[in-house]
Amino acid sequence: MKSTYLLLKYLAILLWSSFVALPFLWALTTSFKTANGVTGGATYLPWLQYEPSLEGWKVLVRTGGQGIDIVAPYISSVVVTLSASLISLMLGTLAAYGLSRFTFRLGFLKNSDITFFFISQRIMPPIVLAIPFFLMLQFFGLLDTIAGLILVYVALLLPIATWVMVDFFNNVPREVDEMAMIDGCNPIGAFVRVVLPNSLPGIAVGGLFCIIFGWNDFFFAFTLTFTKTQLLPVAVVALNSSVTPWWSLSASALVSVAPLVIIAFIVERFLSSGNMAGAIR
Amino acid sequence: MALIMQNIDIRENGIAHLDNINLTFRRGGLYTILGRTLAGKTTLLRTIAGLQQPQKGTLTLHDSDFLQLPVWKRRVAMVYQQFINYPHLSVLANVAFPLRRAGVPRAGAHQRAREVLGKVGLADFEKRRPAALSGGQQQRVALARALVKRAEILLLDEPLVNLDYKLREQLREEFQNIFEGQDDAIVVYTTTEPAEAIQLGHEMIIMDEGAVIQQGEPLAVFNAPATIRCAEIINDPPMNIFYGAIENGDIQLQGGIRLKVPAHMAHLPHGPYHFGLRAADLRLGRMIGSQVELSEISGSQTILHLRGDIGAFILYEDGVYQHAIGDTVQIDLNSDRIYSFSVDGDLIAGPAAAEAYRR
Repeated sequence: MKSTYLLLKYLAILLWSSFVALPFLWALTTSFKTANGVTGGATYLPWLQYEPSLEGWKVLVRTGGQGIDIVAPYISSVVVTLSASLISLMLGTLAAYGLSRFTFRLGFLKNSDITFFFISQRIMPPIVLAIPFFLMLQFFGLLDTIAGLILVYVALLLPIATWVMVDFFNNVPREVDEMAMIDGCNPIGAFVRVVLPNSLPGIAVGGLFCIIFGWNDFFFAFTLTFTKTQLLPVAVVALNSSVTPWWSLSASALVSVAPLVIIAFIVERFLSSGNMAGAIR
Repeated sequence: MALIMQNIDIRENGIAHLDNINLTFRRGGLYTILGRTLAGKTTLLRTIAGLQQPQKGTLTLHDSDFLQLPVWKRRVAMVYQQFINYPHLSVLANVAFPLRRAGVPRAGAHQRAREVLGKVGLADFEKRRPAALSGGQQQRVALARALVKRAEILLLDEPLVNLDYKLREQLREEFQNIFEGQDDAIVVYTTTEPAEAIQLGHEMIIMDEGAVIQQGEPLAVFNAPATIRCAEIINDPPMNIFYGAIENGDIQLQGGIRLKVPAHMAHLPHGPYHFGLRAADLRLGRMIGSQVELSEISGSQTILHLRGDIGAFILYEDGVYQHAIGDTVQIDLNSDRIYSFSVDGDLIAGPAAAEAYRR
């Protein structure tokens, strides 16, 4: 009975993992193939079933003619995502600490309503924001610039960062801040020396969310840029399979996903650390 | 040189958390505050620490206004009933934390932290994180962090309440030794347990519903509780209260029970009274019938919750016995130990031990 259950469990895990992992395997093998390898049906073993080639990858950094040069959009994407995430995380952390520790009253609105306000702007479809954002960036002359995109992404990511962090700060017992103050910290000292170090998992989660949302956004990257600035999702989508060969498409898909995979592995350590255990019984 | 609270009031939504508190804490004194949960004990400590601001009243330390100082400048030390430590710091860094904040260099802070950790019996644990310690050890870390500052005011808010019985006994004894070394400090210790308050305190304060209802030397308060409420709070189990009257030279209790008026109550005029008798001053005997509602065994004693015509009451029986719920037992009252209270609840006369402490 128990072994049947165990067997089913592992079968389910296997099924799900293959569902997730196989497309990657497919993209990975394709990226090392050439025309002969792709047309010969599904093959997975390099050297045995097909002759591996780096051609698909080389094209990514080649400019002009045959090249699809995604280096510039890649760098732009990294700069925009990281800056916007960092700014959102810093502002969001402070906002969240305020919402978690102090009582605000705005007429009949209380802390939880204010927190909900923050996140509620993400309930609207992004298209609602597109025109206002466009007009505002145009007014400030920031259309088609990295700085403009960073501003827009901060507006989009800040609510997420705040929302995630409020939850984490609510889980750090208030008594811990109080104790820090009794032990001689002013409120900012208590926040920096005690609350923040104990919220590292929260900061990791918040950062992860910001980076994922920022990195994957296509809509605003597309509507607010034209020629000078291009972000990776737009560059990748612009690729056309009738012009760009399959192996290059696969390679570009892999390099766009790679940072998120790496970050996920790093952040996972913070998440499982369970740092807050033992603060309060 | 003292910490003086005058007319301190904290009210919220019409409920008094602190109700016109007037207390003087002298340096070198060890004050225990006894009260049930929600009596305002924690609020009192938080007010002293500066975590809560009173709506009315004054708080002065050595004649300077203490209320003007923010928490971090008051230099008080506090131990919470929950084991509050800094989870991201080692035990040593936890204890050194307040010293470092006060500007003590790292080496000196660590040395002093080690001394105090030795004093609370945690010398071998300095590298661990608090989460890797048992509850009792975590509370010792919190205590060490409070002691290391050598603060003028040391506040302990039910520090033993979350510990198991054995550990509580052990720490309570250690507290006595630790507090003896705090001659320059004002130590305020809150608890719900009468035994703890009596054993530790030089002076005991009983709080109820936000107000101080009695204050004095622990044995004086125990032997001569000012009111029924005090008598209930300072006895564990609470003092049994019976309704009745003195008539025709007899004490008449509910259910038609009559007792001869004992010598210490002979001078009382006729009329209605409330009579108090501790659980230990009742025993199984022949006089009064009652039914067992609950029977608990505590150590080597049996605690019987009984109900009869006389009312509901609790009795301590030496030794361990089985009583089925619903069993009928006969009990005797030790009338020499009866307290009498007015109908309003004020102590009117008590046994010899009580009278010795009454002015």
